[in-house]
Amino acid sequence: MRRILSILMENEPGSLSRIVGLFSQRAFNIESLTVAPTNDNSLSRMTITTSGDDKVLEQIVKQVNKLIDVIKIIDITDRQHIERELLLVKVNAMNDTTRTEVKRLTDIFRGNIVDIGKQVYTVQLTGNADKLNAFIDALQHETEIIESARSGCVGLARGDKALRI
Amino acid sequence: MTTELLTGAEMVVKSLSALKVKYIFGYPGGSVLDIYDAIFQQDEIEHILVRHEQAATHMADGYARATGKVGVVLATSGPGATNCVTGIATAYMDSIPMVVLAGQVASSLIGNDAFQETDIVGCTRPIIKHSFSCRSLADIPDALSKAFYLASTGRPGPVVVELPKDILIPQNKGPFNINTDITMRSYNPNIKGHPKQITKAAQAIASAKKLVIYSGGGIVLSDASALLTTLAETLKAPVTNTLMGLGGISGTHKQFVGMLGMHGSLEANKSMANADVILALGVRFDDRVTNNVEKFCPNATIIHVDIDPSSISKTINAHIPVVGLVKIVMQQLLDELKVINFVADEEALTQWWQKINEWRAVKSMSYEQDDNEKIKPQRVVESLYKITQGDAYLCSDVGQHQMFAAQHYPFAKPRQWINSGGAGTMGFGLPAAMGVKLAFPDKHVICITGDGSIQMNIQELSTCLQYKLPVVIVTLNNRSLGMVRQWQDMVYGGRHSSSYMESLPDFIKVAEAYGHIGIKIDHLSELDDKLAQAFAIKDRLVFVDIMVDEKEHVYPMQIRTGAIDEMWLKKGVKA
Ligand SMILES: Cc1ncc(C[n+]2csc(CCOP(=O)(O)OP(=O)(O)O)c2C)c(N)n1
Ligand SMILES: [Mg+2]
Repeated sequence: MRRILSILMENEPGSLSRIVGLFSQRAFNIESLTVAPTNDNSLSRMTITTSGDDKVLEQIVKQVNKLIDVIKIIDITDRQHIERELLLVKVNAMNDTTRTEVKRLTDIFRGNIVDIGKQVYTVQLTGNADKLNAFIDALQHETEIIESARSGCVGLARGDKALRI
Repeated sequence: MTTELLTGAEMVVKSLSALKVKYIFGYPGGSVLDIYDAIFQQDEIEHILVRHEQAATHMADGYARATGKVGVVLATSGPGATNCVTGIATAYMDSIPMVVLAGQVASSLIGNDAFQETDIVGCTRPIIKHSFSCRSLADIPDALSKAFYLASTGRPGPVVVELPKDILIPQNKGPFNINTDITMRSYNPNIKGHPKQITKAAQAIASAKKLVIYSGGGIVLSDASALLTTLAETLKAPVTNTLMGLGGISGTHKQFVGMLGMHGSLEANKSMANADVILALGVRFDDRVTNNVEKFCPNATIIHVDIDPSSISKTINAHIPVVGLVKIVMQQLLDELKVINFVADEEALTQWWQKINEWRAVKSMSYEQDDNEKIKPQRVVESLYKITQGDAYLCSDVGQHQMFAAQHYPFAKPRQWINSGGAGTMGFGLPAAMGVKLAFPDKHVICITGDGSIQMNIQELSTCLQYKLPVVIVTLNNRSLGMVRQWQDMVYGGRHSSSYMESLPDFIKVAEAYGHIGIKIDHLSELDDKLAQAFAIKDRLVFVDIMVDEKEHVYPMQIRTGAIDEMWLKKGVKA
């Protein structure tokens, strides 16, 4: 099952490689990984989406926690949470019909066209992974996708609960 | 008051003094010459010059295992640092406190493939507890302080500190301050067991009819053997030790049923398989213990106490997990047992011990020695036990000799048995014994080894001469890589692919060439006398080369893919 893990850790050189190394060393799966400093510059926050059964998940959480740089890790999947991913996608917009279709789809999915070229549109869309996948599927019916970049998932638990020190 | 300005190299040495280090094991080279210069100019810390950096790590490791203190290693960048990798992995697998100071090329050259540049932090990342890359002078005291703190607390382990040349050189100086009272917001090992879990555990123990205590290296590392003995005597239950836990309870204690696992005693493995409650203390359910995990003790309630949460339910699911320092948790359990007015169920115990005694009566460790036959390796270990009156440090290499030693030398105390259990590193024995001898010069320190293993760090005979480390080396010489050969006999149709040695050196001459004494033993009739002779020599290293029966296999042995208690007692004889 897909899980979303939020990790708070020391913002130090080497912290990221320890996490990545741990996942490969223990043959844990990484679907996506995002990391950036938090508002407190001494801390980094990482979101990892992974998959595995309960036993594997328990080990992942314990092993990550065991890393000295890690302050906290929580699995937000089963809590009420907000999950977002950013997609940037460049598509072929070679004629009026395609341009109209792309514009229409972008509106339906509440995305934005953020750049245009002679023959291309670049669309920005945020949402959860399902929404992004659906958008890409829909686009593919109408035109050619030239390139795309996804940020990987970030998430926060809803309500008062917070991951902080 | 003006603070004195120090170079980085001086800071390294001053920090180590402040952290109460007595010995550093190491080998010099370009990137650490400033540290060597600083060592030269003081006399608080003694540097032990080994002949290969791997030996420095094992020596520091042996010193740490015997004393409980942090072992310290110093190596130069590149090959010096990579030579430490096996020793770091060995310490990591057995949770041994160690700090490795590794030189590095100057900061400005890092990433350029400079001469003797290796990313040692990257190389060691999966086999360390933590590492520090110092980038300025001011980082040094703090990194060392934290390294010692991390290495020695919680679940101990090796820590690497990388020191680039430019922060060590005389041109750079800075004020020196060291804080040895460390706290880290991201590291707070849980010491006390959760009261609810303690209650649950005590209740399970109190209602058990067939309890077994399965204890390991955690008992040794946390100096908890007295408490383990008290707990065992309160519960009147059988105790089995892992390979790493030997000496946790005296090997001659009447409740001790021997080592468990692959080459454990039948009674130990049977007690586990038939138990209704297993109290697991400072162990990690290693695959060399459990055998087939699918068949592992299906009827037992498992209470698992460990300082490392990731050890719990990793391979075997624990019904009652308790995270905490095993020493503290055992005291909590004893207190809780008082609260619930625990009284041992004598009737159940009588029945339980009756069974155990039946398994014991099989004498699974027995072997046959005829007077005219070749010397049996087990017999040598028994002689060693008698001659040293059970009071030696036994430092082992890896192979059949290691298992024979574990099986036939009942250790009275923890830290007496020093071996590479988790990694199984051949070449560990001699340098480890040297580290022990350095710490305890007046004790008998034996390196029990094989004709294969001894050659993996034999160059250290030279270090032994330089620092007057008169360990007794006992080689169970079977002219083969015995443990490999045993598997080939049992699993590979007797095809001895590269498991025997056709060109062994004359070890007596080797010993003599290095300035030591060599004693060769060929016949059973001379075994005890010549061994006694070897141990009577106190001030010289004696290398005892004993020709043993090369056909002897280590028994009992778990049957592959079977349950924990499915064992071969001898060739073709199942328990
Ligand atoms: C560094 C290393 N290489 C290989 C092995 C695999 N191995 C385990 S036991 C053994 C044979 C050891 O031979 P010896 O030291 O003569 O001991 P014996 O089994 O004959 O008593 C080997 C090769 C190992 N444990 N460590
Ligand atoms: Mg051998």
